[in-house]
Amino acid sequence: MKAFTRETSTVAVIPGVNCDTDQIIPGRFLKADRAQGYGQFLFHDIRRTDAHELDPAFPLNRPGAERSTVLLVEDNFGCGSSREGAVYALVDHGIRALIGPSFGDIFFNNALKNGLVPVRLAADQCQSLAEHLNRFPDAEVTVDLAASELILPGNLGRHPIIIDAFARECILQGLDEIEMTFTYMDKIKAFESDRMASHAWLAR
Amino acid sequence: MLGKIWDEHEILRHPSGPSLLYIDRDMIHEGSFHAFADLKRRGMKPRRPKQIFGVADHYVPTLGRTSSAAASPAIAHMIDTFDENMEWGGVRHFGLTSRAQGIVHVVAPEQGITLPGLTIVCSDSHTSTQGALGAIAFGIGQSENAHVLATQTIWQLRPKTMRVTINGRLGHGVTAKDVMLALIARIGAAGAGGHAIEFAGQVVRDMSIEGRLTLCNMSIEAAARFGMVAPDETTFAYVRGRNYAPNDGEWEGAVSHWRSLVSDADAEFDREIVMDGSDIAPMVTWGTSPEDALSIEDRVPDPASFESADKRKAVEKSLDYMELAPGTALSGLKLDKVFIGSCTNSRIEDLRAAAAILKGRKATIPAIVVPGSTQVKEQAEREGLAAIFRDAGFEWRDSGCSMCAAMNGDVVGPGERCASTSNRNFVGRQGPGARTHLVSPAMAAAAAIHGCLTDVRRI
Repeated sequence: MKAFTRETSTVAVIPGVNCDTDQIIPGRFLKADRAQGYGQFLFHDIRRTDAHELDPAFPLNRPGAERSTVLLVEDNFGCGSSREGAVYALVDHGIRALIGPSFGDIFFNNALKNGLVPVRLAADQCQSLAEHLNRFPDAEVTVDLAASELILPGNLGRHPIIIDAFARECILQGLDEIEMTFTYMDKIKAFESDRMASHAWLAR
Repeated sequence: MLGKIWDEHEILRHPSGPSLLYIDRDMIHEGSFHAFADLKRRGMKPRRPKQIFGVADHYVPTLGRTSSAAASPAIAHMIDTFDENMEWGGVRHFGLTSRAQGIVHVVAPEQGITLPGLTIVCSDSHTSTQGALGAIAFGIGQSENAHVLATQTIWQLRPKTMRVTINGRLGHGVTAKDVMLALIARIGAAGAGGHAIEFAGQVVRDMSIEGRLTLCNMSIEAAARFGMVAPDETTFAYVRGRNYAPNDGEWEGAVSHWRSLVSDADAEFDREIVMDGSDIAPMVTWGTSPEDALSIEDRVPDPASFESADKRKAVEKSLDYMELAPGTALSGLKLDKVFIGSCTNSRIEDLRAAAAILKGRKATIPAIVVPGSTQVKEQAEREGLAAIFRDAGFEWRDSGCSMCAAMNGDVVGPGERCASTSNRNFVGRQGPGARTHLVSPAMAAAAAIHGCLTDVRRI
């Protein structure tokens, strides 16, 4: 996992409440090897017109949008299917952080495992940010994970980034969670042998 | 109940918050190829293969039981890769020709893999289904899946608790599916975010395990982490004698432990929702989120009637996608297709409910039934249900996720309108441009007969 400390970027605004992971990456692309890069599948259907051409009105298709590594999203972003491909698509497209009022739980966890930082910001603040970006499309935000702070443009202020300390530490250091868990293997094995003693049928 | 099962599985708590939970059983499907690639890169194998169960469901053909029957070579490759990974990892595997094959969340309870008091994960959001037996069961991603395969553990923050109490009785023609659509319409698709739901009340106590599985299945559509029902005599009777359950010698001890897991009478929940079963009508969705659900007697809402500006925008967009005008009566809305299947509604009771409506009648539009497992399929054939479906003009298919996930080539065409017993009416979920109306199996059967959304109580 790529470590994340601080990211400053313009922001692309992705409209729609309950933007589910089927919208982020349609199911038919989930067969692809990760080596192919999942960025090409990001918002595949909703960024295209009915004639299958890139829709110039979709935020990520606007000139300069490729510079944005931060997305502003609406409530319950990433709900639905647990497909980690949704996070791969965002990460492979170059997205490093998301700002929104709430995220689907499984999506939120998947993001953290891949170094993509989901920042929860109150709905009214998200609304103010969207309005500001509408007037100043080149305005930048800074996601400072090291300082646990989101710095918004204009007079929108600074806001705490609330992510559990454990996940934050893993992302800051780009830690490999499996390797880290292996340092507790003695405790895992002791627990397991007790559990198997009382639940012999579990591993039959 | 959540606290008791959680504490029993907590190996340690990290100073920064999350618990390292022991995972009793991990279910895997074809999507696990990312996790296997990760293990191979690390030179690791699954650490506890006997606690892992593999079943092919998302990509499997429903017309034929070999990967060569798959809709495309790329889809066949997914099934073959899965078989190879199962072999490589030494994992117990219910492949296409196994009698135990089916949709993972139908197979797991059926085989006794899902049991009260266990922690169960699967890289599928509908793993919440399995909490119906009194387990902590939740969906994970492939990074977490690799972690479970490698360590048999997972780091998790304990969710908050929400009790949904459904009092009274359900009316004629009203099912667990309708209860969930009514609940999600009330609290919203994000309504239970960060919470574990425990379902309680007379309606739940009276409900079969199959109905409870439907309740817990759709908990994720309200954004809940888990859905759970306290184990009771109905649960124990269901579990006894299943393949991977405790044997006769172990039974009494297991049941007495399971009884101790139920929530205490004075247990406190972070949130309480109370519903009355008799207030719930047969439900149908009109939009592109499961929260867009109304009684079949209602009309398509006017976007202007919603309070939040975001929701007004979303409703306008979804009505445009669904090609529906505000004020249109839901009953009578013309359909192109009917799908009965998915981990929500493809168990034997679901098929019985649909067949009871179809008996002696004919579908007037194309309709398919995809049983949740090969065992369900065989049982339905023995009971004569398959003949009823066939006589009514339904296609009788082999088991798999089929037209719910629309990954195996079974899709609803662009612009087509489908009454579906699945769980998601998202834009493009059943295929690009497909329009989905979520309903119960009996409602789907009624819709097939009339070729339009129909109140099953009138049949």
